[in-house]
Amino acid sequence: MIKLISIELFKIFSKPRTYIGFGAIIIIVLALEFGILLQGDNIMGIIIANIKDRFMFEGNIINLYLVSYVILNTLWVHVPILVALVAGDLLAGEANAGTFRLILTRPISRVKLVFAKFIAGWIYAVMLVILMAILSIGIGKILFGAGDLLVVTNKVNVFSSDDLLWRFAGAYAYGILSMTTVAALSFMLSSMADNSIGPIIGTVAGIVGITIISTVGASLLGPVNKYIFTSYLPSWQLFFQTDSGLASLGHAVLIQLIYIVGFMGITIWYFRKKDILS
Amino acid sequence: MDPYIEIHNLSKHYGPIKAVDDLSMKVLPGDIYGFLGPNGSGKSTTIRMMLSLIRPTSGQILLFGRDLATDRFKTLSRIGALIEKPDFYNYLSARKNLEILGKLSDISNLKTRVDEVLDIVGLVPRADSIVRTYSLGMKQRLGIAQALLHHPDLIVLDEPTNGLDPQGQKEIRDLIKSLNRDKNITILISSHILYEIEQIANRMIIIDRGKSLVEGNVQDLVNSQDRQVAFVLGDTTAALKLLDNTPWTARILKSNDERIYFKINKDEIPHLNTFLVENKMQIFAVEPVRSLEDFFLQITDDDKVN
Repeated sequence: MIKLISIELFKIFSKPRTYIGFGAIIIIVLALEFGILLQGDNIMGIIIANIKDRFMFEGNIINLYLVSYVILNTLWVHVPILVALVAGDLLAGEANAGTFRLILTRPISRVKLVFAKFIAGWIYAVMLVILMAILSIGIGKILFGAGDLLVVTNKVNVFSSDDLLWRFAGAYAYGILSMTTVAALSFMLSSMADNSIGPIIGTVAGIVGITIISTVGASLLGPVNKYIFTSYLPSWQLFFQTDSGLASLGHAVLIQLIYIVGFMGITIWYFRKKDILS
Repeated sequence: MDPYIEIHNLSKHYGPIKAVDDLSMKVLPGDIYGFLGPNGSGKSTTIRMMLSLIRPTSGQILLFGRDLATDRFKTLSRIGALIEKPDFYNYLSARKNLEILGKLSDISNLKTRVDEVLDIVGLVPRADSIVRTYSLGMKQRLGIAQALLHHPDLIVLDEPTNGLDPQGQKEIRDLIKSLNRDKNITILISSHILYEIEQIANRMIIIDRGKSLVEGNVQDLVNSQDRQVAFVLGDTTAALKLLDNTPWTARILKSNDERIYFKINKDEIPHLNTFLVENKMQIFAVEPVRSLEDFFLQITDDDKVN
């Protein structure tokens, strides 16, 4: 199995498209960090405009944690696209290139191949999230320094700087779980297609579409909404709420895990009986 | 010794379409076995079922005496295959492609073996170029290299000379013959280029619309049929006069100033030749007109009529 995974990783990292994801994250994080460095005071003024008369602000409000929090908010829109770009190509890319004829006529198990490919794709997704974490926190520390984190949602939460590292670690860990769900969805679509464009677009369109439906038409979907995985993609934000937020985390994690197992189960079932016609 | 491939009543249906219909065939150790049929006759579907890429609707495939359905790993480890187009990871070099495939087949001394197979197919000078830069002929040779990688007892080649120029076709044919002769590898080669099969195969099957039409020794099948032979003569008028009132007259198809065309069995050719020579006819050449091509067309046409 390790041999299969290493082969799949080698293939992933030999393709130029793999580096689009890393490049995009570097560019976006740097652009946001320097944008905040130049315009941060103005932006912060707008954010706290409604509450500045009732609160007194002291210390370094625009700090590495605030910047990392902003980047987390921004990039969870982009990272699923980057994950789908690679995960959607894992099986469909082989079909499109005709290389299934080379590998599946050798004495290897289709189920093992599916797992090896998924694990390799998952490692890529983890690397994207870790790169995002290192860049946003590392460069943020150099440019802005530490400080307490002010989170303004429907209420104001202030987190002390010595209470934040574990929250960010948790948020990124949850982010990895979310991206695993995205990768599993894209991978499932990839098993059903002979061209990677369909799974990539299908994943992005699916996530965006379901999110819009569940947001705009929440009342239509009613109780179903809480069982749709897209509702839990932004649940990393629970780490930046009070204890009641963390209590909801277990449900979010459970839903994500159920979808991952479900998507993988369908992938294995479908791919085992798939006729290789490409 | 068990046949290397033994197929019993194999069928593959896509809804109402019967891609392969109750097909049976047998490939013996040491064969170069020709698998003939027009485009869309079910050759590639059969080969894909043999290699577990497609699930049969019904029937049984035995490879080396083992059932493919229950013994997939043991059987596939003894087979090399090149199916249709030679597709590879185009962004990698030939050597890297072979290393990846070699790892999947658990080959020991992989680097040495990769060098060996690259040498067999004559790709050593371009081994480190990325495959995207290869010509079709080079890709075909790389396809054969990957099929040889794990020392297979049987190689399955699906239309290996498709798209190649005559020189490239000859090189591949020579390579196949040498693999069979020098490495003792049994070969199944599918083709719709019948001349190719006539040149290299010892046994063959002809299929059409998924069904077997005929199977057997190539020469026996060709010889069992009457063939057209043209005798190029110095004086065809005198020859026609001589043949008149002999049993050969009934075998004459047509004639012109230079040639008389006969429809005769291969074994009869020397007798006719002797008869003409003994009667002082000048014979400049005896040209075979009939070939496996005609045989193939005749047999597939007969099937369509039936």
